[in-house]
Amino acid sequence: MNGKMVNAPSRGIIPERDADKSLALETIHLGISFGGLKAVDDFNLTLGRTEIGGLIGPNGAGKTTVFNLLTNVYAPTEGTIIVDGKDTRGLKTFQVNRLGIARTFQNIRLFNNMSVMDNVLVGLHHEMDYGFPKALLRLPGFYKSERIAKKRAMEYLSLFNMQDMAEHKAGSLPYGAQRRLEIVRALATNPTILLLDEPAAGMNPSETAELMENIRKIRDTFQICIFLIEHDMSFVMGLCEGIAVMNFGRIIAKGTPEEIKSNPQVIEAYLGREKGK
Amino acid sequence: MKKLSKNTVYNLSTYGIVIVAYLIVQGIVLAGGLSNQIRGQLVPICVYISLAISLNLVSGVSGELSLGHAGFMSVGAFSGVIVAAALRDSGMGGVPILIISMIVGGVISGIAGLIIGIPVLRLRGDYLAIVTLAFGEIIKNIINNLYVAVDARGLHFSMTSADGFNLSEGGRVVINGPMGATGITKLASFTMGVVLIIFTLFVVLGTINSRHGRAIMAARDNRIAADSVGISVTRCKLLAFTVAAVLAGMAGALYAMNYSTVAAKKFDFNTSILILVFVVLGGMGNIRGSIIAAAILTLLPELLRSVADYRMLVYAIVLILVMLARNSTVLKNYINNVVNGIVSRIKAPFSGRNGGKGGASE
Repeated sequence: MNGKMVNAPSRGIIPERDADKSLALETIHLGISFGGLKAVDDFNLTLGRTEIGGLIGPNGAGKTTVFNLLTNVYAPTEGTIIVDGKDTRGLKTFQVNRLGIARTFQNIRLFNNMSVMDNVLVGLHHEMDYGFPKALLRLPGFYKSERIAKKRAMEYLSLFNMQDMAEHKAGSLPYGAQRRLEIVRALATNPTILLLDEPAAGMNPSETAELMENIRKIRDTFQICIFLIEHDMSFVMGLCEGIAVMNFGRIIAKGTPEEIKSNPQVIEAYLGREKGK
Repeated sequence: MKKLSKNTVYNLSTYGIVIVAYLIVQGIVLAGGLSNQIRGQLVPICVYISLAISLNLVSGVSGELSLGHAGFMSVGAFSGVIVAAALRDSGMGGVPILIISMIVGGVISGIAGLIIGIPVLRLRGDYLAIVTLAFGEIIKNIINNLYVAVDARGLHFSMTSADGFNLSEGGRVVINGPMGATGITKLASFTMGVVLIIFTLFVVLGTINSRHGRAIMAARDNRIAADSVGISVTRCKLLAFTVAAVLAGMAGALYAMNYSTVAAKKFDFNTSILILVFVVLGGMGNIRGSIIAAAILTLLPELLRSVADYRMLVYAIVLILVMLARNSTVLKNYINNVVNGIVSRIKAPFSGRNGGKGGASE
């Protein structure tokens, strides 16, 4: 204990509509050290039920590490993560997903040798309820469950108009479609919180605009919380309701896009200090 | 009538190939067209095909290199032999005894697979290969030191020698240490071999085309992503590993019942590698390829008996050539062109002059 625990973590910006609902995510004094390096330190954040939150910061600030902590890819060395009211301490990554966190990756990670449909069906794994013996014997419950899941998968794919690609191999899709498929697959696990790691990376302006629309549409349709890392400032400022800025593993500012734009610390982190100050 | 999916068609045609091949071979056998040598190879061919299919579930579908498949075969073989010996005087027919011993062999081998798999599948890649290799050797050495006898009072086990059993009248030693199992009643038949292949196909294809199979393949393609969508990677790999162990055990039991004596040294590292060669040559994850590769490569040494001295040399050369051919794009394109040419020529009279779909292959 270093006395930090005494301070109540400061609250994030939660939109009005979520004010009376329980939080989707809360991190309290979250931190991790690799050897002597504190990659993330005293990370306090709250996200509302239907909030679109953003996490920005210069390269190496620790943004993706935060995502890896939230999904328990790394076990935090300090602090607590509360997802949907439940502490995730000691859970495995796949158990955290069952609790309600789904994510995409900065460098796309699809099941490349499987079809687009199968990728989504893997996301729906736990929606299907037949056991292994039932699957081998091909009992009626198996076919029913598979049929329902395939229909659901098509509905998810139709969010991004990808129904026609269902039989293509995921690895053969164009870049933009791969990014979209990752989001679809994450959504198929029926999350409370969707983490997007640089969803607009490598996209042109018109694709980025379309993605913004789609992310809003996902939030409105599924009523979930979306938390994203992105370097494209117009994307973040135009989409997010609350933004946290990180530098050297710590949050240096939190607020609405307007507040962040005019925050001197943020400007300093991105542009450097003015001479003579 | 609903249109069948591409997968269903592929699976059904795989069963079809096996059944047609069975009918043809059975016809030739009845007509007396096969030499004794080749006829003796029919059951081993079926066993190896079945082993190749089940190893493909671990190596091709689940993406883990296992070098201990012969170990599971061995567990199944010797537990099957013990069961068959215990049931010999029960008055049951040969086929029920064979089926019961195959099931028991499979179950015991599956339990071994589960016990090995729980710690081992936390390892990855090369480490897994090394541990499974060691498992195969350990099983071999255990059975080399195992003495089992059966008499009116039941089964007797010993790890030192067969002398201390004090068998009652009519009792006999089933497994005699390094001598292996002796005096096995030959119960295996070609038909049972094909039934085993069909059963193996049924289990493996059924696994692949279910949510469990998709999870197994997802864990192979991208472990981290599979984790992130709520798939327990260890549990998936364990499922594939255990199912493969059960199937290998059943194949082992059938294999043992094809001979009057079987020693543990038959199921050594070389046999594991041999099965892996079938899988690699047939193509990782390609079930049909495993079947063809296992059949041809089991027959080849027999067919090469006429050049006895150079047999293994020719075998090796054939292996190398097939490997080269499989990886050659030039040859693949050539074969594709030839096949497409034939297909479009067959299609042409039916579709008029404009319906050439040839050239577009997957």
